[in-house]
Amino acid sequence: MDQLTTDRLMEIMRECAGDGDAMETDRRPEDVEFAALGYDSLAMLETLSRLEREFGVAIDEEEFAGAVTPAELTTLVNRILTEAA
Amino acid sequence: MNADTVITGMGLLAPTGLGHDEHWKNVLSGASAIGPVTRFDAERYPSRLAGEVTDFVPEEHLPSRLLPQTDHMTRMALVASDWAFADAEFDPALLPEYGVGVVTAASAGGFEFGHRELQNLWGRGPEYVSAYQSFAWFYAVNTGQVSIRHGLRGPAGALVTEQAGGLDALGEARRQLRRGQPMVLTGAVDGSPCPWGWVAQLSTARMSRESDPALAYRPFDAEAAGYVPGEGGALLVLESEEAARARGARRRYGRMAGYAATFDPPPGSGRPANLARAVRAALDDAELRPEEIDVVFADASGTPEEDAVEADALRSLFGPHGVPVTAPKTMTGRLSAGGPAVDVATALLALREGVIPPTVHVSRPLPDHTLDLVTTPRRARLATALILARGHGGFNSALVVTGPR
Repeated sequence: MDQLTTDRLMEIMRECAGDGDAMETDRRPEDVEFAALGYDSLAMLETLSRLEREFGVAIDEEEFAGAVTPAELTTLVNRILTEAA
Repeated sequence: MNADTVITGMGLLAPTGLGHDEHWKNVLSGASAIGPVTRFDAERYPSRLAGEVTDFVPEEHLPSRLLPQTDHMTRMALVASDWAFADAEFDPALLPEYGVGVVTAASAGGFEFGHRELQNLWGRGPEYVSAYQSFAWFYAVNTGQVSIRHGLRGPAGALVTEQAGGLDALGEARRQLRRGQPMVLTGAVDGSPCPWGWVAQLSTARMSRESDPALAYRPFDAEAAGYVPGEGGALLVLESEEAARARGARRRYGRMAGYAATFDPPPGSGRPANLARAVRAALDDAELRPEEIDVVFADASGTPEEDAVEADALRSLFGPHGVPVTAPKTMTGRLSAGGPAVDVATALLALREGVIPPTVHVSRPLPDHTLDLVTTPRRARLATALILARGHGGFNSALVVTGPR
């Protein structure tokens, strides 16, 4: 199974919940919190179930809630994928 | 105390047009929008005609974030709310946080969205059901989404009385104004032609099975054989006159002068329907006599028995041929709760323009109905209009609007 990239994650999120809010920041886009991008809890829930389906993994909800940026969530998914391999 | 509720803005999406200007132009020219269903494959269903809003492209009006979480009818409601506030030249951010309420009506909520997610559940499994199904199907969803979009935190409500809801929402909105609320956005946008919504309506046995769009929905006609369903509706900005004046509102479409609702006795009771009582109570509420009503926008069920009930009610109150009666909804089909809200908007435009828009396709009105049915646009001095709506299951509502002056 391919690893998740932040680009792919953001693409999935756009499909699940629409575009994130544009914002002025000097951080890398993947380091901006989901909440700051305008993704609410339902958008995250939708993303969770989509990731689980697409990558065939089960993601612990507490761990998922702890990943608050695209970079963190990508790391989490890839760790689970590696462990499952 | 009833002269102080004014309508200062409207947002309308109907099969006859996007926006009330286009709608009015088409309705006056008698341009029916009823045609074959295109939103799903209706070939194997006994009824295959609808009034669809065909040129609505949600991406042109709404941010992408709202699209995955909204049913088709909610998207139209959101756009109607934008247009209503723009038409009222009002920015919701200018009133206090709790200053604007939202009351809408729906017959079932987001049927098309719900249909798709139930299909996912049944065909693929629960992990394929959208998280947004939790509210997108819900009959209060338009009230919720509209209030979130504009930050409206005043009293919110949702009414479910099928077609009658389009008037009942305005009744509830006026109640909020009388409690001191300065403004309420109200009305209904309803109906998403989809297999589930279709089957739900087919079960009433009142849908027309005629395949010719010119013959399918002919209320009060000798050949009346049911109705054609449609989609769309209108949201109206209702304000107390005091609040409208305080914010310097320049436009008044008119006043909501009277409203009442009644419920029918159970089938088989032998007791008569209560539509006439609703009209009488609405007239009393408006402090108007029947002879002061200049035009009636009929419920126009299209089923012979219900047409007779409405004609009898009108005869008992106005006398034979006693008042001009019209049903522009013959051009759109019945839009569930959205229909009567569109009728209120159309009635207000008729008052402004001094023209009664026509009822189309009715070539042989039943003489027994003794109705003065308006089948070509008729110029008239119009100061008042009565709008009737009946919801499946026994709901009757009547609403009176008067011109701005």
